[in-house]
Amino acid sequence: MSEVPEARPPLVTPVRVVIAVCLIAPFVAMLWVGSYAKTDPAFIGIPFFYWYQMLWVLISTALTMTAYKLWQRDQRGRRGGAE
Amino acid sequence: MKDGVNGVALGVFIFFFLAVTVMGFLAARWRKAESEASLDEWGLGGRSFGTWITWFLLGGDLYTAYTFVAVPAAIYAAGAAGFFAVPYTILVYPLIFTFLPRLWSVSHRHGYVTTSDFVRGRFGSKGLSLAVAVTGILATMPYIALQLVGIQAVLDVMGIGGGTDSNWFVKDLPLLIAFGVLAAYTYSSGLRAPALIAFVKDALIYIVIAVAIIYIPIKLGGFDDIFSAANDKFTKAGAGAIVSPPAAQWTYATLALGSALALFMYPHSITATLSSKSREVIRRNTTILPLYSLMLGLLALLGFMAIKSGVDVTNPQLAIPQLFEDMFPSWFAGVAFAAIGIGALVPAAIMSIAAANLFTRNIYKDFIKPDATPEQETKVSKLVSLLVKVGALVFVLTMDKTVAINFQLLGGIWILQTFPALVGGLFTRWFHRWALLAGWATGMIYGTIAAYDVASPTNPGQKHFGGSNAEIPGIGEIGYIGLTAFVLNVLVTVVLTFVLKALKAPEGVDETNPRDYTADAGDPGVEVELPPATAGASH
Repeated sequence: MSEVPEARPPLVTPVRVVIAVCLIAPFVAMLWVGSYAKTDPAFIGIPFFYWYQMLWVLISTALTMTAYKLWQRDQRGRRGGAE
Repeated sequence: MKDGVNGVALGVFIFFFLAVTVMGFLAARWRKAESEASLDEWGLGGRSFGTWITWFLLGGDLYTAYTFVAVPAAIYAAGAAGFFAVPYTILVYPLIFTFLPRLWSVSHRHGYVTTSDFVRGRFGSKGLSLAVAVTGILATMPYIALQLVGIQAVLDVMGIGGGTDSNWFVKDLPLLIAFGVLAAYTYSSGLRAPALIAFVKDALIYIVIAVAIIYIPIKLGGFDDIFSAANDKFTKAGAGAIVSPPAAQWTYATLALGSALALFMYPHSITATLSSKSREVIRRNTTILPLYSLMLGLLALLGFMAIKSGVDVTNPQLAIPQLFEDMFPSWFAGVAFAAIGIGALVPAAIMSIAAANLFTRNIYKDFIKPDATPEQETKVSKLVSLLVKVGALVFVLTMDKTVAINFQLLGGIWILQTFPALVGGLFTRWFHRWALLAGWATGMIYGTIAAYDVASPTNPGQKHFGGSNAEIPGIGEIGYIGLTAFVLNVLVTVVLTFVLKALKAPEGVDETNPRDYTADAGDPGVEVELPPATAGASH
């Protein structure tokens, strides 16, 4: 997606990079199907393919939550600025 | 398997349906607003819904016949390939997080109620707004069709009509009943009925999910046995696999990504999101919603359990209802069927109302009758919501019902083509309105032709619209048509934008300004309650 600046103070900060990584990570992990298309190791009889993806539901929740917290802090720091 | 009517299950099913119907009609009186005949009242429940109900409604988008019938059926028939729904829903959350708060802000600043409103305001283009509205209405139809197939599957397994050797009337009886109930329902009480029923529906669904994913695997001897039975079946059939083979991985990834990009373009998802109280609520909720994905994953595994338990149906859509009938005592099977049935009815109602509102606001009022009275608007909306359902019925009757997930994927091909205008517009004003329109047309035409050329793998009689995957030009792998069309769409949009800017083609008037996209409740000029769907004639 094209995030074009709209006249704002420093757009890229370390915190924002971390937020972006948190939001992009699920795409890399889920779209790289070859990395998890295998049966072993199984978990309680469920092949790796299935439990790994369901585990990513939890991981991506944690990542989104982190992004949310960081974003809130970022915004608080900028209150009164352009945003 | 089809040994007559299951009396107890049917009794319980009818009981819940009657209960819900009574609630539906009572809903018309619930928190009644001033004017009965206004579109706002019928189509948006008077907009007096709090965050709670809004999110129940949004949950209604996620737990549909798609979750309960189509995805497990795809797993039952093809194995791993059907599991793409899980990464799909995982990818939805970062996407929501990134762009929906901006949409919320700009909509609440300018009183936009639909995506078409926003596109017109941003690009000053009635043509583009019309394209977005038409696409939304068209794409919603197959999605509703999927819900009808879900209700039909349940009725079929209970022994009401259906079967392949009976005459056309008996064969399609469950479908006609499903259609009749849905139509009567939305026509009489608008959005209030589904909102109220959403509580019953979600409660029923949670009970059924909890029981199904704990009780059935235990009874079947654990996941080891379930997966080895599935593996045997796929090996013997020579089709399907429990792990995506390399040749299917492109398809898997493109289906997941394409579906994720498409979900929040649908009119009904946008309506639900815009009704939340503040932009922060949207972000906060994205951190809770993934629970839905986990449930979806567990429900998907029911497809394998159906194989293990020996369910043998030629129409995979019947696999899960059949599994419930085989595994549960009759009365609980009835509860489960009611959960699926109501779980399909509610979203179908919400979707058809959202599509009808879109027509009334962005086509009827903008192009046909700008000075329509509220009574006329409500009348048109009700009529269109009926027509949308008839459209859905046409999809069901003409397409292969045994791969119902295709209905949703076909809708996705179309709705995805509105992404560049909408999401692009949220972040940048760089795209030229004519380029966006040309890109949209390219995507729509390519997507429709490519889907038209796919013959059904399971039904030799159906030569067109039999699937949603085709070879990606230039890459040679098989991928989701919707995503290929989307990439073409973006390419055309970008190239033409350069050309049009070089030619100095007139840009539309942008009525928004950058600060509108980050405003939150409490900021100046932000209306927490959006105006009624019909008050926007001012721009």
